[in-house]
Amino acid sequence: MGKESSLSGSLFYVFTVISAFLVILFLLGIFYILFSESYLAIREFGLIGFIFSQEWDPVRDLFGAAPTIFGTVVTTLLALLFAIPVAVGIAIFVTEIAPDYVKAPVSVAIELLAAIPSIIYGMWGLFTLSPIMAGYIEPALQQTLGRLPIVGILFEGVPMGIDLLTASVILSIMIIPLIASISRDAFNLVPSIVKESAYGVGATRWEVIKKIVLPYSKLGIFGGVILAMGRALGETMAVAFVLGNKHQITTSLFDAAATITVSLANEFTEADTDTYLSSLFYLSLILFAISFITLGAAKLTIQRLQRGGAR
Amino acid sequence: MSLKNLLSGIPVMLITLFTAGYSLAGSTINGAGATFPFPVYSAWAYTYYKETGIRLNYQSIGSGGGVRQIVNRTVDFGASDAPVEPEKLEKDGLYQFPTVIGGVVPVVNLPGIKEGELRLDSETLCGIFLGEITVWNHERIKRLNEGLALPSNKVTVVHRSDGSGTTAIFTTYLSETCKGWKQKVGAGKSVSWPAGIGAKGNEGVANYVKRLKGSIGYVEFAYAKQNRMSHVRLKNRAGNFVEPDFESFEEAAASGNFDAERHFYLWLVNAPGKKAWPVAGATFILLAREKTESNKRAVKFFDWAYRNGDEAAKRLVYVPLPESLKNRVRDYWRRNGIY
Repeated sequence: MGKESSLSGSLFYVFTVISAFLVILFLLGIFYILFSESYLAIREFGLIGFIFSQEWDPVRDLFGAAPTIFGTVVTTLLALLFAIPVAVGIAIFVTEIAPDYVKAPVSVAIELLAAIPSIIYGMWGLFTLSPIMAGYIEPALQQTLGRLPIVGILFEGVPMGIDLLTASVILSIMIIPLIASISRDAFNLVPSIVKESAYGVGATRWEVIKKIVLPYSKLGIFGGVILAMGRALGETMAVAFVLGNKHQITTSLFDAAATITVSLANEFTEADTDTYLSSLFYLSLILFAISFITLGAAKLTIQRLQRGGAR
Repeated sequence: MSLKNLLSGIPVMLITLFTAGYSLAGSTINGAGATFPFPVYSAWAYTYYKETGIRLNYQSIGSGGGVRQIVNRTVDFGASDAPVEPEKLEKDGLYQFPTVIGGVVPVVNLPGIKEGELRLDSETLCGIFLGEITVWNHERIKRLNEGLALPSNKVTVVHRSDGSGTTAIFTTYLSETCKGWKQKVGAGKSVSWPAGIGAKGNEGVANYVKRLKGSIGYVEFAYAKQNRMSHVRLKNRAGNFVEPDFESFEEAAASGNFDAERHFYLWLVNAPGKKAWPVAGATFILLAREKTESNKRAVKFFDWAYRNGDEAAKRLVYVPLPESLKNRVRDYWRRNGIY
């Protein structure tokens, strides 16, 4: 009996160790392949030359990453900007405000939203959202915010509904469930005794949410935001339909742009020269680095916050 | 007890599976490449399997991938929408021949203009796609369309955002007929577009063109026909304005100079035929020269398709090769000992 359990115990130990090392091995493997495949482009364009070049001309075999990095960062940041308030609002409503018979359907709806494949978001974006954006929302924005000085340049041009703004809205809809469900779980972890004490000394609901619930669960929300950012950085199909895949850096949100993953999906199959293919691998290497750095930075921040909380 | 029986049965099951897989592999032709001919290859493969029991497994991974796969010899044949240059064929040891013809049709959304009413020539089309002509009642368009009430809408150019053979054919046409295009943009599966917005796939371009008044885009012939898009009549090399239909594509194919010596390398643009549609292109099959056995099986399939597949192709709006060209391809096979 004792012998058997030690055997299964060591088997289990070996299994977990192998699994853990496999992950690292995969990571290194992916990095190695990306690096070796993009070596040709690295040698040709260099690091600075590639990152800051706006050229993307397959006919002349000239490639630069600046427009796609721009598109990736802008759509991700805008999506987070739209999604965080809404998602946190949903989570607050579900945990603190809604009566029980509303909680369940809303929670299920959020989780279902998370289960929709991204290609469906893309098609919905192309056929439904983009005409709405082009016909109503974008002209309205142009007539209000577009008339302001400085901010106005964000809303220049002819609204077509195939642009940075529409792509960001689609992305934000996709990441709302992630942030909302993680925030909800974080809110549920707030000890009810703390909340009840606050109510006991006469705090309003708003005060409890602002001063107790949100500070208590900021780590959880932050974690959700980081996960969502990871998804937004890498999202491909949904964005591919509504962003226009034009390698350009623009000031207007009503202009077409391209993200790294969309360029990969659009151009990989028909990339016919070695430099072209290698440049696409180089783009993915850069995305790999961006994700790695942002997630790493987030991890460090969380650790610092945790230490601060313990003090 | 029953579990034990089941377990002891597994090796037998595995052996049967493997041998079945093995015998299956003997009667399967594996191919990969272009997405454009995928529907017609599947239709042919379906009937061919019913008649002969030989399976065709075609993965539509894109022309670039198809060329790479056959260069690496991982498939029996590769397929490409763009002809591969004879020099590269020599270097990588490949054969090449065409299977069906397709083409590209400019489509527009203009208030008051009916299908096929607008007439354009290559210089004007080039001016529009270069962004030089920005309104529809521009002098250069008016000159070609006397008697037509052209609207004053702004021109919105819609182009493909993903790399595609359709773009390659279209930009090759513009490059060969218009100097300004050749200098500023050039030809390729994806190019650096001077004007307009990008849409993903034929369906994306069609969707934008249908929605945006004053827009012009280009889609594959089959797509334009099946979706009844408002097409443009183009002036061909012989100076006639032609409709995109089976006859004009067949004439383009018949008048094109497909040269067996150069492995049929040809961009079928601006063909000289009297009624020829000027923006067409064949889709091609690539074979590895040293693999005589698998080549014979692939060639048998395509020869069968040449003989029996025209109806199916036409139903799917592909233009079959003219009989004379088919015979030239058969000579090419015979000369290389794979027929």
